[in-house]
Formats: sequence, structure tokens, C-alpha cells
Amino acid sequence: MTEWRPSATLEIIETRATTLASIRQFFAERAATEVEVPLLASSGVTDPAIDLFQVATRSGTRFLQSSPEYAMKRLLAAGSGDIFYCGKAFRASEVGSRHNPEFTLLEWYRLGWDHHQLIAEVARFIEYLVGAVSWQIWSYQQLFEHCLGLDPHRCSDEELQESLTSSGLDVVGDIDRRDSLDLLLTHIIEPTIKQWGLVFIVDFPADQAALARVLTGKEGPLAARFEAYYYGVELANGYWEETNVTELERRFESDRLKRTKQGATPVENDPHFLAAHRSGLPDCAGVALGVDRLLMAITGQQSIGSTISFDWSIS
Amino acid sequence: MPNFSTNEFKPGLKVMLDGEPCSIMENEYVKPGKGQAFNRVKLRNLRSGRVWERTFKSGESLEGADVMDTALEYLYTDGEFWYFMDPDSFEQHSADKAAVADSEKWLKEQERYEVTLYNGAPLAVAPPNFIELEIIETDPGLKGDTAQGGSKPATLSTGAVVRVPLFLSQGEIIRVDTRSGEYVSRASKS
Repeated sequence: MTEWRPSATLEIIETRATTLASIRQFFAERAATEVEVPLLASSGVTDPAIDLFQVATRSGTRFLQSSPEYAMKRLLAAGSGDIFYCGKAFRASEVGSRHNPEFTLLEWYRLGWDHHQLIAEVARFIEYLVGAVSWQIWSYQQLFEHCLGLDPHRCSDEELQESLTSSGLDVVGDIDRRDSLDLLLTHIIEPTIKQWGLVFIVDFPADQAALARVLTGKEGPLAARFEAYYYGVELANGYWEETNVTELERRFESDRLKRTKQGATPVENDPHFLAAHRSGLPDCAGVALGVDRLLMAITGQQSIGSTISFDWSIS
Repeated sequence: MPNFSTNEFKPGLKVMLDGEPCSIMENEYVKPGKGQAFNRVKLRNLRSGRVWERTFKSGESLEGADVMDTALEYLYTDGEFWYFMDPDSFEQHSADKAAVADSEKWLKEQERYEVTLYNGAPLAVAPPNFIELEIIETDPGLKGDTAQGGSKPATLSTGAVVRVPLFLSQGEIIRVDTRSGEYVSRASKS
């Protein structure tokens, strides 16, 4: 029999509706304007870890947007002030208990803030929706040292390999240093911090900066980026945004080389995005938060599909 | 055999890993915030029965294993091999001790078994969940003692020993659950 019923219970569908209303209320109280962005745009992100849906149109290939970031930054450059987006985003081939290729993303930007100010607001946002939570901030390095006794910035490749092996991680396929650190984070650290409530990880290695600025202190260059984990589930990812267009072009070029190396479809740089930065992106911090995962936390579900009316398998 | 990519890994898919035929049990997609995606996969080695846990870079692939489950009829044993026949094609397959393993004590002529063939040769033999076998040896039956509990060992025609109620006697046919090795009921003689 063909499955036609929703993958979420009607009760959870109702909770989704009230949660979306609360999200909009939160930003109404805090003076951020809701914006819409094009979902079918002429460019996509260059990020080599993101697989874009391509759509053939009469005016050429279009890309379903993997995040509202590019369009939102164009709005910021045009003088929009503080803004938020709450709507769909798309990432091909991401299917799993925490991934649905079509998902709901909340993203917001604060002018003149750095990532630490934004972390405090993310914590207040979570409290607003789920009630009081204890939260803590850990640097990427502290967390690796605490959970694995490993300095992620200075350990040798051999020490990294040893840590993977002693953690029982048996990997098929060639992995580089970056992949190894990612694996230790997702396989070993995530389960460890599961009991800690809300955890913010900051000071990522510089090569994981994405579009965050890189700050050089006594620990060397570190990305001004954070990730929020709620009971072991990665919920949000935020940056103190990089505004320098030359630096962004350099990162796009490195993404492009990485994509070519992986044999993935090359993605052209978004000319509108870069032109907006040439004109000037105001100093700001921004964060993206997975609304479906937030609903998993609110409703105590283990699978993303049970928070979505019709998940990928039946949509 | 075709290759299967991590996004095609589903429970029950048979693949080759380290030269061993395996059946996929679980496939979990894991993706860090800004990094490469991985798949955490649990596989059962079909030869040893051991469970392996491996992490694959998403997009990696494994060769499919030429593994097929077929219903074959048991014929006989010569002590070294156990012979099975495909009831449709009459093709015969010989299974060795490792393939027959614990199923040996449930092998009854003309009964059908699920035989897992790997590259055409038996890799494992599974008996039906329920099988009817004759008691060839047990203590004499106690007449009238049908309601009370209590049991005694009985040797069946295949060599299996199961505990049966006291009222049963030699020559009777009983139904046994091969998964638990427990007596289920008396079977009507066909």
C-alpha cells in the first residue's frame, strides 16, 4: 500500500506551528525584520561539503538554496539592518536521522555584534523556546583535550591517527587531517557532551572558518565561529562575519580547488554576493539554526522525519 | 557485481568488505557542521557471523556480494558434505561443515532449508522455524500424565535432543521450534 499519511504526528505538526509563531514573536520583541530570499537562485555556495540541487530552467541552471546566507548578506549590504529568515533550505544527498534534504532553517544577523554577543542571544533564544537551560562555552581545543587528551591544533598526523584507532574508529577511504578532526568530533566528542545541555564550541581551526573571520591571537589563527550543541545534537552554526572581499575570494578559490580535487561539480562564484561585499558588508555576526532539529529537542524525537509533515522518504 | 555507494547502503544489502561477504545491518549518516559527510555502517560478516562497524566517507562504494538466499531440499550427507537440491532445477549443492554449522541437528531429508549461496556455493544453512521430527529415543511415556508439568530429554531422528513432556513416547512425531530448540506440540501423523 502506498504510504500517504504524514511522518509526524498531528500533535507534533501543531507544536511546529506554535514554535514557528514563538520564533517570530522572539524576533518581533528584539527588533529584527523577517525577510524572504530567492530559493531558486542563479548561483550556489562554493562549500565543497555541500551538494546542491540543480534545476534546469529556460534561463539556464538554477540552484535550490542551501542557505539564505548569500541573499541575506546582500540585504545587509543594502542597509536592511538586523534581519532574520525562517524558511526552507535544500541540501542534496543529506538523508539520515538528523538530515532531510529539504529542511527548515532559521538564520539571523546582528549588526555591530561579534560572535560572543550572538552566542548569548542564541542561548536566550533556546531558553525562550524550551525553558531554562544551563549553557557553557568550550573552545575547540579545550574540548579535544578534555575528551581525548589531544591538542587539535598542534598534534602530529600520527597522534591524530592513533586517537582515531584508540577510539575504535575504523575508516574506509582516504581521509585528511580535517576529516580526522571532524570524525573525532562527531563520533567521540558529540556522544560525550550529550549530557551537558547546551554547549557552544568556539575557536575552530582556521581552515574551518567557512565565511567567519579569522583572528590571530597567542594560540595562532582561529576562526571566529561557533557551533551550538543541544544534548549532543548540532543545532546552530554562527560566525563573526568575514567582510573583506579579497579574503572571501581567496576562500572561494580554495573551495573550488577542493571541489575539483573531489571530482565534484564546480560551482561558480556568486557575482552578486561578491559585488555586495565590494560595496561593503557592515560589521555583523550571523547564525543559522536547524528548526527541525530544534523541534526534535522540543518534542523528544530521535528522528528528524517525525518532526516534518512528510519526510524525504514519502514526500 | 555492481558497486553500491554509501547512499545505497540499506539493511539487508550484501556487499564485499575486506574480501568477505557481508550483510549491511545499519547505515547512519553523520555530517559535521561544516565538513565532509560520513556513514557509520554496521555489517555482519556472513561467513563468521561477526558484526563489524566501519566508517565510510560518504560517496565511497563497495562491490556487491554475489549472495543469494534460496530454498533447497536436503538430500543426504556423506559425513564430509551435506547435499542439497534445488527442487526446480534439480541442481545439487554441497555444503561443508562450516556452512551447515549448528543447523546440522535439524537436517531432515526432503525438508526445505534456506541456503545462502555465495558465488554459487553454500555459505550458511538455516532450518525452517518449525520442524516436525520423530522421537527415536526417550524414557517410556507415562500414561494419563498430560496435564502436569515435568519433562524429559528426547533424542530426535536428526540427532537433536530436546526436552519433551513426560507423556510422549518413542515413535511419536513432535513439532519443534528450531530457533529456541523447544518442543511445541505433538504433530498429527501424516
